[in-house]
Amino acid sequence: MRSLLYLCTALSVIALAAWAYRENHLTQQAMNERRSLEREIAALDEAISIQRAEWAYLNRPDRLRDLVDVNFAELKLVPLTGAHFGEIGQIVYPLPVPRAVITDAVDMYGAGTAVPVALGFGEEPPL
Amino acid sequence: MIRTPLRPLARILAARATGENPDHIEQENRRLRQEAARDRARNRAEGRLVVLALVFMSAFVILGARMGLLAATTPVELARGVSENISSARADIVDRHGRVLATNLATHALYAETRRMVDPARAARELARIFPDIDGERMEARFTDPNRRFIWIRTSLSPEQVQAVHDIGEPGLLFGSREMRLYPNGRMAAHVLGGASFGQQGVRAAEVIGTAGAELFFEDRLRDPAQVDTPLKLSLDLTVQAAVTEVLEGGKQMLNARGATAVLMDVFTGEVISLVSLPDFDPNNRPLPPTEGEPADSPLFNRAVQGYYELGSVMKAFAVAQGLDEGTVTPESIIDTRGPLTFGRFRIRDFRNYGPQLSVKDVMVKSSNIGTARIMQPIGAERQQEFLRKFGFLDTMPLELAEAARARPLLPARWSDLSVMTISYGHGLSTSPLALAAGYATLVNGGYRVTPTLLKTETLQPGPQVISARTSAQKRLMLHQVVQEGTASFARIPGYPVGGKTGSADKPNPRGGGYKKDAVLATFASVFPAHEPRYVLIVTLDEPVDTTGPEPRRTAGWTAVPVSAEITRRVGPLLGLRPVSLDKANERLAQGH
Repeated sequence: MRSLLYLCTALSVIALAAWAYRENHLTQQAMNERRSLEREIAALDEAISIQRAEWAYLNRPDRLRDLVDVNFAELKLVPLTGAHFGEIGQIVYPLPVPRAVITDAVDMYGAGTAVPVALGFGEEPPL
Repeated sequence: MIRTPLRPLARILAARATGENPDHIEQENRRLRQEAARDRARNRAEGRLVVLALVFMSAFVILGARMGLLAATTPVELARGVSENISSARADIVDRHGRVLATNLATHALYAETRRMVDPARAARELARIFPDIDGERMEARFTDPNRRFIWIRTSLSPEQVQAVHDIGEPGLLFGSREMRLYPNGRMAAHVLGGASFGQQGVRAAEVIGTAGAELFFEDRLRDPAQVDTPLKLSLDLTVQAAVTEVLEGGKQMLNARGATAVLMDVFTGEVISLVSLPDFDPNNRPLPPTEGEPADSPLFNRAVQGYYELGSVMKAFAVAQGLDEGTVTPESIIDTRGPLTFGRFRIRDFRNYGPQLSVKDVMVKSSNIGTARIMQPIGAERQQEFLRKFGFLDTMPLELAEAARARPLLPARWSDLSVMTISYGHGLSTSPLALAAGYATLVNGGYRVTPTLLKTETLQPGPQVISARTSAQKRLMLHQVVQEGTASFARIPGYPVGGKTGSADKPNPRGGGYKKDAVLATFASVFPAHEPRYVLIVTLDEPVDTTGPEPRRTAGWTAVPVSAEITRRVGPLLGLRPVSLDKANERLAQGH
């Protein structure tokens, strides 16, 4: 009985040691992965900040103004003035689209039960 | 310890006398001794076992606790740019819509370790070729100096320069990582941002510290590790700032002004939407402070915040407001404006003779010095000081810039009755354009004291009420009348009704004594939309001259007003203001009255 107990204990110690060895390796692996991820995050952060800076630099008001001047012939952009504001009344109310009128209807027999078919012209288009 | 003998004589003799075997006594004593020894050994072993168990237990407890802690902590990202205890991290600065005004850029510093150098002469030659301002021979002398092991060559390099230095192939030339402060918009808002430079330097990192403006004022906030990832949001609007700068720059050139400044402020929150001072500079390459000449002529000088000037007639608005608020006059009261008004040896004149009498409204509209002096005369020095203090004109106007605290208004040494009259039309008391903007905001927003700020404000916290809502409404109407009927006729902009007051102050002689001839500081303080003001705009031009007419014109009506009007025309739509017809504005003004 006692020897069986010893055997069990020894076996469990071996099993635990193997488990701990494996865990140790997994931990080290995870830490390595973390380090490389941190490096990657730092590199990406740096890249983002550089791109943000470059975006801001490319969108600086001086440059945009020069671009507007250079491309005036094509784009005809002018500074925003009060005249560019519109009234809601100036927008044309959407005209109702005429409903499709069914002419020369053909009866379909033998196609099972009659299913209503949406024609797609019935409703006004969304604004 | 007293050892008990195995054969105690007394017991042996007693045993022999009774005929017992004395060996039994010896055996008995031997047994007792063995038992005692066994007990001692067992106790010791038990003690050791307990200690061992405790050691194991504590080891397991520590391991368990550590594992628990690791499992419970939240994962943190690797802090960027922190090494050798030098943190180069610095938060970005953005405008009110989140557009970048200042950010960091990773770059490299170049240094040399002379002991690792293979060919110092060639390295020096090549460096001189890459950087034209490096003297090759001097660099070689430094490289070969046996007392030097470590030399800083450059604080920040462009990627091309890094590649060029790499291509030299010299193992003794090394790079350290740096964060460089970058202002992508160049000169835009230079006076607000200030500038930055390197503080403590290490091989791997260098501190980036603010040297002026908001960068210096918010130094602790920008470098606070807890807030480094949240950008500092200013109240400026980059688009508006660009438009104001463009118009002001054009106006300054056209009118040949020495300098110009504009402040655009929200009348309720005191947020500075735009602050321009010309001439300006590039904060990426901040010039050194001037060693000669007037510091006020340096591009570094912030005219809007540091420039305390006698601003002239724009201050009449406050004298009239005090008269109205204290009930000594109404807008229709008739004021005697016969001139000149003599006080001792001093004579007060008007720009032109406006007749024997004017109503209070017309004193504002026509800008009569005599009229304002007469309104102020019965109020007196004490009440005038108190009134101006409530608006903040007697103290430094606070703003989140390092320079703001250093400038102070110039007050008369003795606040005499003559001072009362001159200050009523803006001479004898110096005011910064920023303080004037805050004062006008207070005048028209219903009378609540406004404190200027450069930070975007989310919630409105009205200051104490300084003048009554009725006076404020009367002032709004009067300022609009100045534009419609008076000195600021160029400010009539279709769709954007403006109220305002002009001021053309003679510049004091810098060597003391009197005023310069033909040198005027032209100011236009305006609010728009006139009927329900949202923004106040101050435009000040230093010595402008309008030469389009037959004779040079220097008054604000011909210089500052057209520039200010153009700014309003440009920024009104940018600020999201819908154009309003003049009739509607007049109707609203009449209602408020």
